[in-house]
Amino acid sequence: MPADVQSPLRVYLDHLERGELAYQFSLAAGRPVFFPRVLCPFTGSDRLEWRVSAGIGTVHATTVVHPVEDPPYNVALIDCDEGFRMMSRVEEVAPDMVRIGLRVRFRVHRPGGDEPPYPVFVPVEAA
Amino acid sequence: MDGLERGNAAIVGVAESDLGQVADGLSVIDLMAQGTKRALDDCGLSLKDVDGLFSATAQSRLSVLALAEYLGINPAFLGSTIVGGSSFEYHVAHAMAAIALGLCSVAVIAYGSTQRSIGRKQASVREINPYETPFKPFMPASAYALAASRHMHEFGTTREQLAAVAVAAREWALLNPAAWEKKPLTIDGVLSSRMVSYPFTVRDCCLVTDGGGAIVVTSAERARSLKKPPAYVLGFGQSVTHASISNMPDLTVTGALAAGKAAYQMAKLGPADVDAVELYDAFTINTILFLEDLGFCKKGEGGAFVEGRIGPSGRLAVNTNGGGLSYCHPGMYGLLLLIEAVRQLRGECGARQVKDCEVALAHGNGGVLSSQGTVILGTEATL
Repeated sequence: MPADVQSPLRVYLDHLERGELAYQFSLAAGRPVFFPRVLCPFTGSDRLEWRVSAGIGTVHATTVVHPVEDPPYNVALIDCDEGFRMMSRVEEVAPDMVRIGLRVRFRVHRPGGDEPPYPVFVPVEAA
Repeated sequence: MDGLERGNAAIVGVAESDLGQVADGLSVIDLMAQGTKRALDDCGLSLKDVDGLFSATAQSRLSVLALAEYLGINPAFLGSTIVGGSSFEYHVAHAMAAIALGLCSVAVIAYGSTQRSIGRKQASVREINPYETPFKPFMPASAYALAASRHMHEFGTTREQLAAVAVAAREWALLNPAAWEKKPLTIDGVLSSRMVSYPFTVRDCCLVTDGGGAIVVTSAERARSLKKPPAYVLGFGQSVTHASISNMPDLTVTGALAAGKAAYQMAKLGPADVDAVELYDAFTINTILFLEDLGFCKKGEGGAFVEGRIGPSGRLAVNTNGGGLSYCHPGMYGLLLLIEAVRQLRGECGARQVKDCEVALAHGNGGVLSSQGTVILGTEATL
């Protein structure tokens, strides 16, 4: 067996570095897979194809975290239009105004330092 | 679970370790040993009878080895399945299987936690999930809050209904001398407490206490010769649906649906036969979800169901010890559910005793609604 050249996480992060939200598509199952991995959870197949999302989705679930000292912030589950779900947060709207069903658009957040980029979302109207 | 035989094993001894805030320096293995000694005393057995040993804790990587060393025993059978707070429900099934196969005859299942004494951060390893950790969910509360947001959205469940779960738990806790919380709680009191992860205030969240305990499992035949009436294992079911909340197949339907179905099938009983319901209430939404998924009400009706119906004066006895919300929550609370279920069947619960309690259900939850384990216990009359 040849060793994997790059981890699924590395490929995903490289896409983010380029401003892209990547996900996998299982050819055997005919459906998207997220988080990125080496096996399709629906079929056990290792034939997973990388695709780039259009970056549009809908808020599926939402909460507002209230740290004891710092300001509150949003954490949400986003259903991307391609059919996969991911955790993220919605920005550019007050955290308690993030509603289930809100249409959102992806953008890259770059925390800087040693931290890798990660995907956040903003309301489609504001984008 | 296919392969297990209804009623051929029983829980014969139960005991809590010290609870709440334990003496400075007590270790999790100290607490497991306390529980073991007390549970063996409860049934009249001794350490030399123990040939099966099970444990789980977040604070010791090889806890069953540490416990065997501590107790000075070399058990024929060891189990250390760890699937979060429901681990001990799984251990009951594994002990039952091992006993049926003759791999051991008397099994102790033990738990200990000092998360309050040493701090929650020290008590559990922080795991990095590159697809969740960057968003700083306050785990595990935020995962359950996301599930609650869906329940509110789909079924119109309200914050007041969530709060009703906490109020009922508190009413029960006031009847339990061992409970951590000693003061009454109102719906307004829940709603106006400090917000943690919307819709949960701190009163929608389980306690952070120390604690632990042990139970003793043996064959039905041997159980009949011991000190107290056996609590027979009538049914068991389990289901693991996901590990991280992003991957939960449906945020409003838990693995309790499948776990409960399997447990009822094995027990040849249904929800209407259950006298005492002990559910893992890590957060107020849990009680609502599990009442629905275990068939005590229809999906989506849990919010209305809990209003005024599950406290000591209600129609269904739910979380009679005060639950993880008001009695004790050391982090992996599932063992304490089994202890309360057994005590209810024995009629040992004093002011909180459920009348004519013949069937008790203990439902454990682990991870973030991830692993579900249902154990149905019954008295001799249910065999």
